[in-house]
Order: sequence, then C-alpha cells, then structure tokens
Amino acid sequence: MSNSPTDEVIIHSSDLETAQHNVAAAHPEADAAAQGVPGIDGPPSAAPDGVQELPEAGGSARAGRQAATVSMQQALNHALAEILAADPKALVLGEDVGVLGGVFRITDKLQARFGAARVFDTPLAESGILGMSVGLAMAGFHPIPEVQFDGFAYPAVNQIICQVARMNYRSRGTMPMPITLRVPSFGGIRAPEHHGESLEALFAHVPGLKVVSPSSPQEAYSQLKYAASLPDPVIFMEPKSRYWQKGEVMFDDDGVQPGTAGAPFTEAAVREKTAAAAGQNPNLGSKVVRPGKHLTLVAWGAMVARCLTVAELAAEDGIEVEVLDLRWLKPLDAAGLAASVNKTRRAVVVHEAPLSAGLGAEVAALITQQCFGTLRAPVERVTGFDVPYPSGDLEDEYIPNIDRILFGIQRVLEYRRG
Amino acid sequence: MTLSSATAGAALVGADAVPAPSGPELRRLYELMVAVRHLDTSAVAWQRQGLIPGYAPELGQEAAQVGSGFAVDLERDFVFPTYREMGVARAMGVDMVGYMSTHKATWHGGMYDPVASRMAPIQAVVAGSVLHAVGWAHGQTLNVVRENSVQGNQSDEIPDRQSAEPLGVAVAYFGDGASSQGDVHEAMNFAAVMKAPVVFFTQNNGWAISVPTEKQVAGGSVAARAAGYGIPALQIDGNDVAAVLMAMRQALAHCRAGNGPVLIEAMTYRRGPHSTSDDPGRYRTLEAERQDAGADPISRLREKLLAEGLADQEFFDSALAAAKVEEEEIRAGMASLDSRPGSEMFDFVFQESTPALAEQARRWREETEHV
Repeated sequence: MSNSPTDEVIIHSSDLETAQHNVAAAHPEADAAAQGVPGIDGPPSAAPDGVQELPEAGGSARAGRQAATVSMQQALNHALAEILAADPKALVLGEDVGVLGGVFRITDKLQARFGAARVFDTPLAESGILGMSVGLAMAGFHPIPEVQFDGFAYPAVNQIICQVARMNYRSRGTMPMPITLRVPSFGGIRAPEHHGESLEALFAHVPGLKVVSPSSPQEAYSQLKYAASLPDPVIFMEPKSRYWQKGEVMFDDDGVQPGTAGAPFTEAAVREKTAAAAGQNPNLGSKVVRPGKHLTLVAWGAMVARCLTVAELAAEDGIEVEVLDLRWLKPLDAAGLAASVNKTRRAVVVHEAPLSAGLGAEVAALITQQCFGTLRAPVERVTGFDVPYPSGDLEDEYIPNIDRILFGIQRVLEYRRG
Repeated sequence: MTLSSATAGAALVGADAVPAPSGPELRRLYELMVAVRHLDTSAVAWQRQGLIPGYAPELGQEAAQVGSGFAVDLERDFVFPTYREMGVARAMGVDMVGYMSTHKATWHGGMYDPVASRMAPIQAVVAGSVLHAVGWAHGQTLNVVRENSVQGNQSDEIPDRQSAEPLGVAVAYFGDGASSQGDVHEAMNFAAVMKAPVVFFTQNNGWAISVPTEKQVAGGSVAARAAGYGIPALQIDGNDVAAVLMAMRQALAHCRAGNGPVLIEAMTYRRGPHSTSDDPGRYRTLEAERQDAGADPISRLREKLLAEGLADQEFFDSALAAAKVEEEEIRAGMASLDSRPGSEMFDFVFQESTPALAEQARRWREETEHV
C-alpha cells in the first residue's frame, strides 16, 4: 500500500484497507488504538485481549448473545444486517451502497445477502434519495437511506426539512415517516471540501426530526437498531473518524423489533409507546461514560473519545472530570445534563461544529436553566470556529484538540465571580 | 381529439388497446367538470366574502384535472397533488370539505384521509411531491418482488414485469413552473432508471404566477424533456377532456404492465389569477387572456355531446343544478368547520413524542388554556 499524499483523500477506493489506512495516516493515534495500543483518543475500555472471532461481515445468523471486539464499521454493518433480516419492510438505498458496500463499507455484502431489491444503488442525487424515501415510506416501507458524506446532505435539505420531517404532521399522523438517514459525519480524515461538516444544529432545529450520534462501536450498533425501530425520522450521524476504532460490542441474540411503519395513529397507541419509552430504555437519553466530581465534559460523536483522553490527562492533575456522552441531540436529555452538572457544578461543552448558534448554545441554556443555583462558573464552549470547514492541513487547528479542551476546563475552574 | 406524441423518444406500449371514452363516461365527465367549475368560482367568492382567507383557482383547467383524475384506479393507484388540484380531487371522490379545508387554513395538508382517498396531502412546495411518487411507485414494484419470493421464487432481483400482476401507478401532478425544479428532473431520471410505474402529469397552464411558459421552459416543451430520459411522452390538448382521459388511460396501461414511466403534458390555460392574492392585470391584458385561453373546455364538451347526440339541454340544466346543490353542501360544511384544537400542534409532530415536546405542550396548555 503506497503512502503518497494522494492516497489520503482517496476514500472512494474499492480497497477496504485503503480507507482504514487513510484514517490511520490522518490520525496515527487512531491506528494505534485500532491495534489495541492506547493512543490519544483510544477508548480506555478497549479490550485488545480475548478478541472473539466475529461472524463474517455482512452478518450471518448468530445464536445467543455474544460479545466481540469490532470496529464501528463492523458494528454498523452487523446492525444493518440484523435490521434487514428481522424487518421485511426495511430497505437500504443510496449511492454505492450495493456492490461496493458503501465508500466506508458500512453496507458491505448486504446486497449479496439480501438482494438488489432491498439493498440498492440509486442515481447520484441526494434530493432524489430522500424524496424517494418519503414515497417508499408512504408505500409502507422502512427506508434506511445513506447520504455518502455530511456535506452531501445539503442538496437534500429541502426534502429533509419540508417533506421527511413534516409528512407525519401534514397527514395528521396517517403517513408516518420511519426513515433512518445515515450520514457519515464530522471531520478528521483529511477529506476534500464538504466531507467534514457537522450538521447536528441544523437538523436538531427542525421540528419532526430526531438526531442521534454514536460515539463507540457498541453505541453505533445499539443506536442504529433502535433508531431503525422508531416510527419517526432519525438523522443518524456516524463519526467517520471513528469508523475503524475497535471496541467491545455485546450483540443482541435476536433481530431488531420490526418497525411500526404504517401503524395507524391513535392517541392510545402514542400514549402506550410514550409510556414504554419513559421506562428504562437503555438507548434513550445521555450516558455518563466516565464519572467525575469536579466538572462535566459534554460531548457527542467523535469528541467523546477525545474528552475521555482529556479526562485521563486531567486526572493526573487531580481533576476528576465527568464525561457525558449526550448521544441524542434531539431530543436533548435535559434531566441527564441536570443530574451531572448539579453534581459537578461546572460544565464544558465540546463540539466540532462552529460556535455561533451551535448545539453547545442549547446545551448551555439547558444547563443554566436547570443548574443556575449550583453552577460555579458560566458554561464554557470549546468548538470549531465560525469559518468554513478548513482544508485537511488546517483540520487539526479547527477541531477541538486536547489542549483547547484543557484550556476550556482551566477557564471554568479558575472562574471567580465579580 | 388531438393526441400527438411530442417526442421521438420511446413509444407507449399497448396504447392501441385502450378504448375511447364511452357516451355515459362523457356525460359523467361533463357533470364533474360543471361541479368543479361551480365550486371553483364559488371558492373565489367565499374568499371575497371572508369565509376563507385564500384560494388557488383552477378555472380553465377542468378538462385536464377531471379527465386525469377520472382515469385513476382507486383500488391500486395513488395521486400526488400540488395545491391546485381541486378538480382531480373531485373526480376521485375525495371528501371536498376535507380538501377545501386547506384553503380555510384549517390544516396544511387538508382534513381528508390521504390513505383512504388515495391522494397524498396537499403539497405547497412546488415539485415537492414528484419524487414521492417515484418512491411510492418503486414500492409497488418491490411488493411484487416480495410476493414472488414468498411464493418460492428465490430471486430477489426485480422480475420481468411483463408476466407479473398489474402494478399500482403513482400519478405525479406538477405545472410548467415546477418543471424548472431540479427535483422533477431527478424524479424523471430515477423513475426511468428503475422503470417505476409513474405518470408525470404536467398541466402546462401557460403561467407560473407572472412568468409565461416561453420564459420558463427551454427546449420547446416539458414533454420534449422526457426524450432525454427515454420516457415516452404525450403532449395533448388539455382542454379536450376526452383526449385527456384517453391519454391518461394509455399512460396508466403502459405503467401498469411494468414498462416504466410516462410523461403527459396537458396544454391548458390558467384563466384565473395564480391565487386570490394575485393581480394578473400587472402581467397580462384581458385581450391577451381571451386570445390565449382558447375555447372554454366545458363549452367544447357541451358541443361534442350535442353533436354526437349524447345529451340535451335538460341534461346540461340538471348538471348545473346538481353542481349548485353540491356547492351549497360543501359551503355549509366549510362554514361549520371549526379550528382544530391547539393541542394538535403537538400531537402530530412525531408518532412517538419526546419529553421536550411534551413539556412545551404542557407549558402551552397551562399558559393558554389555564388548565
């Protein structure tokens, strides 16, 4: 495998190893983590030992619950295979998702297993993919479209905002939109322009959409299966810089619950579902991924691993940082934020997206509203800047790095009233 | 009857086997067109009287709308309307109070049941629903694949459609203005690549608010564009209801047999304003209007019925009387149509609501309804 600069941006390559290599080249620490070596962003929970052999990618049947150490790409691939196997209405569609298996191989071998009717390539037009998904949902199907990169969602924004998000409302609940839109998201892989965008604030602002971003292989596997079981549209933001990071995943012993697509709307049905959802659903809300008592770092997607690394470093100075993986960006887990920050009394929100009107502002408002009496300092935001997402050479200047997050923590800890 | 293929593209399959409209069908079309005309002109009056805040008249497009809607098979087809499809809705038997309620600002998509009516909610986004038609139509093809695999056919590939069950067809309505939208082109390409059973039904009514077709549509016509996608196209006299019905039946037969999409461009004329807020005097003269509109489609059908001995004055009088009774009933239904409860703002956002939205609904109820 050559290591010429050109290789770093060839993400359309048909060679799986090339894509892995690109991430590794861009993030040597990522490669280290993938090898089970603790790296800058390597998940502390990564278990390099005792790795179990995972069934072949593309997902063959498994018996019983089974744990294995897999990459996020493999976890997502298995989740899709289980969804397709369990839900006859589920369809995977998008650009290059068929024979190629997607440019990131998330749909690898799915077409071979489930056929070209259920896993199919569309022409290269994102508005078409989302508009077609609306019609498929109207016909009772459960589309799982892929938009190849975050920035490619822009041509589909009209269909996403005006149609996907509103058809249930417009039709008074008679035409649900059980569409799970997968979007390889965020930056960090030295990719070309509009391949590194963070769209969560845009989508979270749209009534009718739900937005989730997994931070680990386990979250990716569980949340994709959960999102695909929902009768509402979900924007599923996959942190592409974490695709090749491994972590332990506890796989389900059975397939996903078939979606409720096409189920008639009744108030009773919704009450029932809402009540069930209010129970102990492990997929809902935020999750404390590292407990601490001095300060809460709030993050999602690829920034969770980075915040865990920051917490390790801060611990060396005796600062116990709690890391809260927000997971769901719409709806936001107000109670989870309050529980953590009322304990730590300080908070820093970290995201890759630009600062102004970013989701960090909403998080800060929720924390301030709920924890005003206990807060020791204003909520700090460590984010990307209000600039177009920069070229690969400047990417590391833009994405919050360990130093910038540590500076943010320092500002909060050193804050004095008056 | 003028039925001319506009392009040198693909030809319709099985068009010769489609019968011309019968005498009873032509009489029924006349009754429907008169009902639609009377409701349409009444709705403009309702707006002036303050019963409804606005309306988008379809005056002059009765033949294109009634003729096409009449051809739809309500058992298996599905229609994707714009905001100017009252005549289609009436021809399909949609609940007209439910349809017109969108113009009373009761609910954006209308209060009719879109699933039972076989008509998607009213669409305000120009060209917004054309892609939905492609998705729905491809779903009909996939249903056949699934039935085949249930029956022991192991192939998951799209089967040869010629031997399979007749397909449900999606009918996508859009105008000459919408034909400029990228979504229409994406839809035609998707449908052609996937051989989806879609009738793209363009009503070219000459005007996109104030912009005439010649400043809107390059390449001579909307129908001409179909050739680029290998889609058969028919450019027809959209003011001749028999020609519209005939073309629509041919297109539906072509799609139903699995031959892929068809485009129909029905040439008609928007005799009224774009909406009750519009002032056509700013962009066209009454003289030009009279000249460009041509003969009234209802008058043309009346003359045809008389010439062929299919109807007499008594029939025409009773059709008008029935239209007036119908309009009065719809008007009464509209007048008694209450606003929806404010709680419905929250009820239909999701199938499964969220804690955050529930909290907003609770706050709204507390501060607005004082409960």
